[in-house]
Amino acid sequence: MRPSRLHVPRYHAGPGEVADFSYLKLSPAGEVQRPDVNVPAAEVVTMANQLIRVLDDRHQAVGPWHPHLEPEELQVGLRHMMLTRAFDDRMQRMQRSGKISFYIRSLGEEAIGVAQGMALRPGDMLFPAYRQQGLYMVRGRPLVDLICQLLSNTRDMCKGRQLPIMYHWRDGNIFSISGNLATQFPQAVGWAMAAAIQGTDDVAATWIGEGSSAEADFHHAMLFASVYQAPVILNLVNNQWAISTFQGFAGGENQTFASRGPGYGIAGLRVDGNDFLAVHAVTRWAAERARNGHGPTLIEHVTYRAAAHSTSDDPSRYRPRDDYERWPLGDPVERLKGHLIAIGEWSEDRHSALTAELEAQVTAAWKEAVTYGTLNEAPRLDPHLMFEDVFKEMPEHLQRQDAELRAERQEG
Amino acid sequence: MAQMNMIQALNSAMDIMLGRDPKVVILGEDIGYFGGVFRTTDGLQRKYGEHRVLDTPIAEGGIVAAAIGMGVNGLRPVAEIQFADYIYPAYDQIVSELARLRYRSAGEFFAPVTIRTPCGGGIRGGQTHSQSPEGIFAHVSGLKVVMPSNPYDAKGLLISAIEDDDPVIFFEPKRIYNGPFDGQPDQAAVPWSAHPKGEVPDGYYKVPIGRCEVVQAGTAVTVVTYGTMVHVCVAAARSAGIDAEIIDVRSMVPLDVDTLVESVRRTGRCVVVHEATRFGGFGGELSATIQEECFWHLEAPILRVAGWDTPYPHAFEWEYFPGQKRVANALKRVMEAA
Repeated sequence: MRPSRLHVPRYHAGPGEVADFSYLKLSPAGEVQRPDVNVPAAEVVTMANQLIRVLDDRHQAVGPWHPHLEPEELQVGLRHMMLTRAFDDRMQRMQRSGKISFYIRSLGEEAIGVAQGMALRPGDMLFPAYRQQGLYMVRGRPLVDLICQLLSNTRDMCKGRQLPIMYHWRDGNIFSISGNLATQFPQAVGWAMAAAIQGTDDVAATWIGEGSSAEADFHHAMLFASVYQAPVILNLVNNQWAISTFQGFAGGENQTFASRGPGYGIAGLRVDGNDFLAVHAVTRWAAERARNGHGPTLIEHVTYRAAAHSTSDDPSRYRPRDDYERWPLGDPVERLKGHLIAIGEWSEDRHSALTAELEAQVTAAWKEAVTYGTLNEAPRLDPHLMFEDVFKEMPEHLQRQDAELRAERQEG
Repeated sequence: MAQMNMIQALNSAMDIMLGRDPKVVILGEDIGYFGGVFRTTDGLQRKYGEHRVLDTPIAEGGIVAAAIGMGVNGLRPVAEIQFADYIYPAYDQIVSELARLRYRSAGEFFAPVTIRTPCGGGIRGGQTHSQSPEGIFAHVSGLKVVMPSNPYDAKGLLISAIEDDDPVIFFEPKRIYNGPFDGQPDQAAVPWSAHPKGEVPDGYYKVPIGRCEVVQAGTAVTVVTYGTMVHVCVAAARSAGIDAEIIDVRSMVPLDVDTLVESVRRTGRCVVVHEATRFGGFGGELSATIQEECFWHLEAPILRVAGWDTPYPHAFEWEYFPGQKRVANALKRVMEAA
């Protein structure tokens, strides 16, 4: 007999070591079956341990999950992903030059926000986490509006109240992003329950990281979605990293995150999150399932956080520098580009031209946005705005404080 | 008009709102099929169906989160947290989400959620069925916080809360569900039918959130209190023979400062009474606000009477509870001061 010892998950490779992704369970492209959308969750339990992939190593789309999208749609998808990347890249640089206080890139994860946004209907309600800016590109929010939020300037949609990237868009049906992780997950389920109560066929989709799936909110969402068979798509973006903590500490060491679905009686699918076609197909499947009254789906997107967690993070302190180059599922933009070229619908020249066009678009938006002020440069928002929207109507105690601040500012 | 106890009055409020507004839904643990552990939602699921009166898993965080999502999707949810002592798993959803949604989205999103929850002691509930956490929520910007002390206010305030587009935390002092308990557990229980506030209109009416009520006019001292303690204070003043003006706060947020200040400036003395623990409690806010506004009118320091700063102990409930003796002693002290 020997006493218990804690099992502490081990990092696969640290700084200065060679990245090791041998822990990943992969399936060959085209291998995983595609069941009917009304399949009982209990009959697809094994899918949680497979990996749905459409694009193979020769850039061909294969297998039952091939969504057969028109080339034009794929080109639009590529454009949205490239725009997301160009936008992220520029905002990262603006943060480094001190114009923005904070930023979070989605580098390497662009296929998720973009393909899923495209696979859903405009009336479907989105409850994103902070790394799905591709949704805003798909739904067409002007870049200037996003940048004004990042700058907390006079046209900031949040009126200066939120950290950069905490966007919201009521008219675009995208819910307000919270800095308290995972809270949106059960809220999306509540939204979906209300859709069912009111008899509409809109569905809700929500996103969470594998790291924040450790929060109770994840489990509340799964349970409520299962109990009430809510029309919701529960996306778990497994980008392997929660700031510096690898997915083993979120419980992913010995079982997939998708396998949490069957435990709750929810279909759990695991998809190559860097495969635009696979993500699109899986999302369509889950949306159709939800829309036709067959309940929720948990989708684990296997992807990689290619960049730092945020502009406040330095990943060279906890992981190998060249890890993304060794990531076995490649880069989502490169893979869709490769596929489009392989089917004769794209070229290196068109790609370069589009890159330049999108960079110019971002630059133009930036130039316009800064004319409305920046965090530190005039024009500034009226600080009086901090008292509004605490309640629908400003109560007396806030009116008094508002007046106090006004007096304080007049003193100079 | 009908005779109602608080449970019947609350049930009537929800019945009326479910009937008037198809967007109103009710959710919580044991509230549907069974009708609630206190019977507050009795009969509502039978009448309005299981899509509008939903039983939920035992997951307060999930209940509040789902209510937020429902509110964002156009419904007007009333969530029951079975005991205020169980509200903490939902704290993040209430404080970081429900309270802040309108603010952080600059008014684009909001969730008109009412959270009903029985609070307070005096029912042999021990530390997990007796707490009064209103101060914790009153401290959070973006929440309205109310606590009725009688059936008439309970119904009118609950209708106001449900119709309010801001989130409202609605505390129900469960010791007075069935009668106006005055702090003497050994005496025969008095039913609401013997109290004028047990007279409740059958139909729709509102008691505004943000207005306190002068329960009894007086000249010697102002007693600022709410919930069960309203009845304890009325009895304590009577037994002490002190002509106290007793004000039921009813709404912690927004707070009706003017009514409190007008009264204290007139009487020159003030005692603040609540059942919740004293240190950092809502009584501190009341006391400080009144002091700031009334200092030059005060004849004596403002005193606070509250629960001791301990958890609510099962075996020492009546030594813990701020009963008539403790209130009367404070009244005498404040009257004896120069």
